[in-house]
Amino acid sequence: MSTITNSIFSPETAARFDRLVTLYPVKRSALVPMLLYAQDEVGYVSDAVVTEIAERLDLLELDVRNVLSYYSMLRTKPAGKYNVQVCTNISCMLRGGYEILDHCKHKLGIGHKEVTADKVFSLEEVECIGACCWAPAMQVNYDFHDNLTTVKVDEILATYRAGQGKDVK
Amino acid sequence: MPDVTFTVDGKQITAPAGTLLIEACKSAGIEIPAFCYYPGLSLQAACRMCVVRIEKMPKLQTACTTPVAEGMVVSSETPEIAQARKATLQLLLGNHPLDCPVCDAGGECELQDMTFKYGAGESLYAEAKNHREEQQWSPVVYFDRPRCILCYRCVRMCGEGMDVFALGIQNRGSSAVIAPNIPAHQSPDHLAHLDCEQCGMCIDACPVGALTSGAYRYKTRPWEMNHVATICTHCGDGCKTTLGVRSTSDGAEIVRGDNRDKSGINGDFLCNKGRYAFDFANSPERITAPLVRQPDGSLKEVSWEEAFAHAGKKLRELRDAKGGSSIGVIGGNRLTNEEAYLLQKFARTVLGTNNIDHHRTADYVTFAQALAGQQGRTASWRDTQSYPAVLIVGGDPTNQAPGTAWNLRADVRLNKARLYVANTDEIKLRRQAKAFLQLAPFGYGALTAYLAGDAASASNAATNTSALDTFRDAVKAEEKLLILIGSELRGADLKRLIEFGLTIPGAKFALLSDYANSRGAADMGLLPDMLPGYVPVSNPGPFAEHNAPTKNGLNMLEIFEAAGRGELSALYVVNSNPISRYNVDPAVLKDTFVVVHEMFMTETAQLADVILPAANLYEKGGSVTNSYGDLQLVQKAGDRAGVRTDFEMIVRVADKMGADIKALVPFGKGLRADMGQSRGAQSGEADRHAVWLTANNLEPKLSPFDSWAILDEIQRLVPGYNLLRLQLLSGNDQHLEPAAASAASANRRDLVLPSGDTLFTSGTLGRFSPALNDVQRYQGNEPLIQIHTAAE
Repeated sequence: MSTITNSIFSPETAARFDRLVTLYPVKRSALVPMLLYAQDEVGYVSDAVVTEIAERLDLLELDVRNVLSYYSMLRTKPAGKYNVQVCTNISCMLRGGYEILDHCKHKLGIGHKEVTADKVFSLEEVECIGACCWAPAMQVNYDFHDNLTTVKVDEILATYRAGQGKDVK
Repeated sequence: MPDVTFTVDGKQITAPAGTLLIEACKSAGIEIPAFCYYPGLSLQAACRMCVVRIEKMPKLQTACTTPVAEGMVVSSETPEIAQARKATLQLLLGNHPLDCPVCDAGGECELQDMTFKYGAGESLYAEAKNHREEQQWSPVVYFDRPRCILCYRCVRMCGEGMDVFALGIQNRGSSAVIAPNIPAHQSPDHLAHLDCEQCGMCIDACPVGALTSGAYRYKTRPWEMNHVATICTHCGDGCKTTLGVRSTSDGAEIVRGDNRDKSGINGDFLCNKGRYAFDFANSPERITAPLVRQPDGSLKEVSWEEAFAHAGKKLRELRDAKGGSSIGVIGGNRLTNEEAYLLQKFARTVLGTNNIDHHRTADYVTFAQALAGQQGRTASWRDTQSYPAVLIVGGDPTNQAPGTAWNLRADVRLNKARLYVANTDEIKLRRQAKAFLQLAPFGYGALTAYLAGDAASASNAATNTSALDTFRDAVKAEEKLLILIGSELRGADLKRLIEFGLTIPGAKFALLSDYANSRGAADMGLLPDMLPGYVPVSNPGPFAEHNAPTKNGLNMLEIFEAAGRGELSALYVVNSNPISRYNVDPAVLKDTFVVVHEMFMTETAQLADVILPAANLYEKGGSVTNSYGDLQLVQKAGDRAGVRTDFEMIVRVADKMGADIKALVPFGKGLRADMGQSRGAQSGEADRHAVWLTANNLEPKLSPFDSWAILDEIQRLVPGYNLLRLQLLSGNDQHLEPAAASAASANRRDLVLPSGDTLFTSGTLGRFSPALNDVQRYQGNEPLIQIHTAAE
């Protein structure tokens, strides 16, 4: 049972948040995980999410926004159904990360942090995703794709567009 | 804490262990630069300017976070350190525009000073600066993002100091930015805004020109103003404020109020009213010529001579024909002590009446009488900074006395003071309180009865009676307790509370009132039954020499009742607006001759037969006494052609009435003036003479308009006003204790009417302050006027 009446989250997430608050010596330590889980459920950190999290943690909305704006992986606008995150840090860059990024931009017709008109894809240039051994790499939602070539990227995007890709959240 | 001895730049310094190195150096006269460090706020160590070399430590250390230790050897200024600071400055200047010639802070900017000192004006960085347009966050706070050096002073000031938490830091790295609490996308005009107490402390704390003041920005340069330290005219705290003043064609205009020199009793604090609401003085609505009502009912501008002659002649005729007891006098809460004293003396000795009163905002008579015979039991405002335990009964300092609230928060934060709050409302200070006692509505009387030992009253005082017991026991267990009393407690309730407090050996008291000199008005005897110093009218003691009537006069309400019966021949009002405050029907004054000293055409002034345009507290000299009884010096800052001080006007009216002015104002005493030499080796002698003579109360008072002559008399006659002149003259506060006799009769009407002012109102005066009106409208959610970012 949620401690917040009329929670905007699903009963499972709400219950998870109720427990999360109890895990740390100070309540506000639960802020970052809560923001991440909320983003996974809602798709982005909306004003309603900020309001409810602030209420859950006895924080001001300003405090939540301060933290929220610090992390580039937390977004305040909806992403596409599949959020394509291309790494351009050093290993990927040496192995053609920017080529992959440019290819994605061209292919999807969108730029960094933009969403396609049909809201299926969004694109982001990201910092290291920890797949240096298999560079260049990208991440679609929480799913990794590595040793990329432009051809492989086309296949991956086509798979997702056909609704056959894993939608890991 | 035991002292430790250490060495800085070869100089032996001793300081208590635990002192921060930067503070210890400051005390020893060694300046270590810092942007983020701010005394009294939490440590940030964000700016890296205060780095010093400490022997046996591997790297440069931040002096702002290093406590001193025994035997520490520190270098504060070496080429290595200079290089480090220069590099820091270059980084800080990476996004900072070098627009000092147009920046408000230019000339008093810490970054500018440091850039000059360390020579980092030329940058190694070729990257484009990250520019953003200026934003208006509220009517009084503007933000210039590129100038911000992210020292977090404003964020901490707002959160820790003010307990408002309206500012935060968003984003990160070079795009990090100070953000207000209403984000742009949630604001009706899609611009970020502040919803806060609008105190402007963030602007004061800002070491650069990133946060600028709506009142002052782009108006002048710091060195083009005269800076006058005087006392704020608004609430009863009596904050010292430094007014920046500039000459205009019709006087001197106040352009800025701040407290950057921190010399006053209020430390670095000023609230919205102190910082911005001086602008009523510059209002075009001010009355700047005497007005006399003509037979046809209109008001006509006349010469001063004519106005004084008319007022004096009429008052004299009415006094002689109908007697002094047919005349009423009402004084203001923002007069100096000297003016208030002179007004009551004028009323009692020239008009011959005790019908004198003021808008009372706290029951100081009972306060003084309940403490009769006690020594060292009244609190100075300074005590709120340091007392280990504080009890607040009634009142809401956050809104009514913001400086008191600031001190209490600091006391709790820095000294771990225990704060006990008993109130019928959930006042904001309960957030700092160790215990908050929610009283039942109107439960103050029951609370004092309960504290006095009447257990039966407990259920009337609070719904939770066990909390009441715990609260009382906790309070009684305190050894040193400061008891701050709100104006809700009067008469018998106030007396009982003070009697309860007196059972605690280390308890001290203060009664909070609403205006700059509310306490002074009561102390100076603007009361129908009390002479100055709470000497009863019926037994004038030291005042017997005045030969004033010894029968109690009419109080505020009785004066207007008398008017209603047609028994009031004349009413003399000085800087007060009783018609509006007491909802008096204007018709009652139709047969009364009314003289009003006023700045504006108030409800009361509209009924006047003679209006004398008055100077306000920022335009005169003298002394005022705050709620706590701390006496401070008021100095003339602003000036306006066509107005005169209340002091001068009272003397002139008395003169026209044929009074003996030498008896009214004891001037012309003291030594003869020795002006000294103005040139040559002994030049400046006159100044030195003057300072010495004034300090020793021997300066020549050559004019009947010299308020120091009245101060002499106050010092001579008013019990409790045995003040130190040098202390007053040097701009320091001094605590005075009332020396009243205990009450003769218990059934005195206190007639206290709290002003009901908030953070953004200030009685009638506040209505004429554009800044307060703007902030009220803004906090009432009216759209802001857009700022002009393009050059016009």
